[in-house]
Amino acid sequence: MMRVCALLCGLLFGAGLAVSDMINPARVLAFLDVAGQWDPSLAFVMAGALLPSSVAYALSRRRARPLLADAFHGPSARRIDARLLAGAALFGIGWGLVGLCPGPAVAALVTLCPAFLAFAAAMLAGMALYRLQHDRAP
Amino acid sequence: MNALPVLPWTWPAAGGLLIGLAAGLYWLLDGRVAGVSGMAASAAGLAHAAPRDLSALFLLGLPAGAWLAQHWLRAPDLRVTASWTLLAAGGLLVGYGTRLGSGCTSGHGVCGLARLSPRSIAATAVFMAAAAATVYVQRHLAGGPAS
Repeated sequence: MMRVCALLCGLLFGAGLAVSDMINPARVLAFLDVAGQWDPSLAFVMAGALLPSSVAYALSRRRARPLLADAFHGPSARRIDARLLAGAALFGIGWGLVGLCPGPAVAALVTLCPAFLAFAAAMLAGMALYRLQHDRAP
Repeated sequence: MNALPVLPWTWPAAGGLLIGLAAGLYWLLDGRVAGVSGMAASAAGLAHAAPRDLSALFLLGLPAGAWLAQHWLRAPDLRVTASWTLLAAGGLLVGYGTRLGSGCTSGHGVCGLARLSPRSIAATAVFMAAAAATVYVQRHLAGGPAS
């Protein structure tokens, strides 16, 4: 049941990325280009997304556990440290260079377009590089 | 570069609602954060941030959901202007940065902001600013997009 839920949530999420045009690098760059012909579209995506997710997270505070699983697995880190900020900055630069962040990058694989495949491969390589550097055994 | 046609705000808002609904349901039902970078790393065996099976299924849903939406709701006119060099550099930075910073637009931007996490608010502010600054440098200082 948890697996069915994961797939269905992925479907909804992917449909949302396509419907909103967040999947479109040109649209994302037009949103990020605040000094040019600014395209506010993606502000509506953010606002639209925060509405149901805020309600869901608020509802979950009154529950001891999720409906299908044993426990809520939220992030445990609390401190705003250099890693968080440096990681966010590097990610932002990469996002701004191409107009793709991980969700749209995966969803756009549906096009089988070489540019998207190349980006996803490079993204995995970046994750592998991080793992090589930081997550040594055990 | 040709400007994209203006998109009536109802499409982004409707798409955003779907994204938020998906993130909210994944939390309420499976108790997991719908952060795509963490799920991608976990599915690829590069992290243990999330269960591998759930992550893989969620990620499989993304292109499938996009396909369904393209066929039944709205067909987006996808445009990538970045060169191969920029695609490679951008992909590397996005992959490495999201692991170092523990999240991306979905994990920090949607789920983190929804639960008012100070870490996610800080991360979102930083990556939005860094992305806008990068676009500014590319388009207004370096002279032209995707050079």
